[in-house]
Amino acid sequence: MELCSFLTLDSFITDPLTHDFMRKALLMSSLVAAVCGFLSSYLTLKGWALMGDAVSHSVMPGVVVAYALGLPFSLGAFIFGVGSVALIGFIKQKSRVKEDTVIGLVFTGFFALGIVLVSKIKSNIDLHSILFGSPLGISLSDVKQTIFISLLVVILLSIFRKDLMLYCFDPRHAKTVGINVFFLHYLLLTCLSLAAVVGLQSVGIILVVAMLITPGATAYLLTDKFDNMTLISVLSAIISSLIGIYVSFWFDLETGGSIVLAQTFIFLFAFLFAPRYGIFKLKKLFAGYKR
Amino acid sequence: METINYQNFRIDAENICVDYNGKVALYDANLRLKPGQICGLVGMNGAGKTTFFNALTGFVNISKGKIRINGESVRSAQKDQTIAYVPQNEGIDIQFPISVWDVVMMGRYGSMNIFRCPRGSDVQAVKDAIRRVDLTDHLSTPIGNLSGGQRKRAFLARAIAQRASILLLDEPFSGVDIRTEKLISELFIQFKNEGKTILLSTHDMIHVREFCDLVLLINKTVVAYGETSEVFTPENITTTFGGISPDFLFGPES
Repeated sequence: MELCSFLTLDSFITDPLTHDFMRKALLMSSLVAAVCGFLSSYLTLKGWALMGDAVSHSVMPGVVVAYALGLPFSLGAFIFGVGSVALIGFIKQKSRVKEDTVIGLVFTGFFALGIVLVSKIKSNIDLHSILFGSPLGISLSDVKQTIFISLLVVILLSIFRKDLMLYCFDPRHAKTVGINVFFLHYLLLTCLSLAAVVGLQSVGIILVVAMLITPGATAYLLTDKFDNMTLISVLSAIISSLIGIYVSFWFDLETGGSIVLAQTFIFLFAFLFAPRYGIFKLKKLFAGYKR
Repeated sequence: METINYQNFRIDAENICVDYNGKVALYDANLRLKPGQICGLVGMNGAGKTTFFNALTGFVNISKGKIRINGESVRSAQKDQTIAYVPQNEGIDIQFPISVWDVVMMGRYGSMNIFRCPRGSDVQAVKDAIRRVDLTDHLSTPIGNLSGGQRKRAFLARAIAQRASILLLDEPFSGVDIRTEKLISELFIQFKNEGKTILLSTHDMIHVREFCDLVLLINKTVVAYGETSEVFTPENITTTFGGISPDFLFGPES
């Protein structure tokens, strides 16, 4: 039956849409992808990939505790996400240990705490869905939360779009002309924690960092304009989500992994064929062809 | 007794100290500059030149001393866009996806609304600034595609667009072509006439003699400060550079 459906592209796309959970998964994952993609261009330019990894892993105990207490899990995740960054800053300042080492040991510590908590608090927490995401099994309250957080992040990033760009590019100039750099730093961190929270529903804690860096990296190879970079980043993230979900539906694959793999393939394509920065520099190839 | 009118000084730094987590980077440093003065900041790597700049812009906090900018605090100087900082070429991420226009427009951010929407006057200021540094042909060029000299000019244009009365320039002559050097020296004369005050750090002793009215020699603290002709002596320079003779630094003919 599956093979027959492949005969037309039309049914490949429309058949899954007859399922309620698929419609919800496609919508929610696109929204999450858009948020992460938007943020992604800032994180890649700021060089915060490792920070993204740290925050996304550190939210684990927060999610578990919040579930156990019956609180919105985004709240717990947010507290632990921001807390981990504060702790990283504190240890770095008060010890001689290098920053990347501190980041590594703090987030793995938090992550381990989360795993231990899950095994101790024998509740209905599904470890698998936290670790690997469950876009197909998203509940109504999760949908509301995701929409709320996503809108919040998009609004914040939209308002402070240019300030954040300046902060990533030249914080010293920002400070010199009286822009609150301290605020922007924590704004970006807050958005990072919130994006990690919504992202983990789609692809899970382990892979959410991919949502936060791969689209930005892809876009970075394709353009020299900041606005275009943001746009390409968002679009590639959404397209990857859609491809990942469809592929996982038809081939019965892990959804989170499929979404991230789709992003990785798009990145590889840009890496090889980007007009200016790709290995094969398509622009030059075309130029040679015309001559 | 003569009373000092602090309003007369563009920059008035008094006994300032800066330390990073207990490590002293600069101590008991003093500097007074009036409108229209150009001062060279000379010292070894790690002597505290960048720290001095950072203290004046408020990028780092001073642990002791006092800084007055046009008679006011650093904080209000920031609000009034009084100081412009022109980074050295090495301090810029040249791969950042941003054009000359975007960079120069950043000079206007401080006086725009929260969304940083350029008004007509901002656009005009940016256009004028870009024309003054002769980059009109490169408005939409990404900064990564500019030469070292052109990039330096783009950041100078940002300072011009900001309409700052104090310019801090970190190594303005390093890695620039002859044309840019000539343009910068012409701009210096214009800035001087406009009453702007310039503090520039440099490794190049010839530039100090050529452009600077005053020179500040530092090595964690002020070694010597005053008129270039009086202070910029081989002895002082040797002290500043930890005992290395000026012959070694800028040729035996000096």
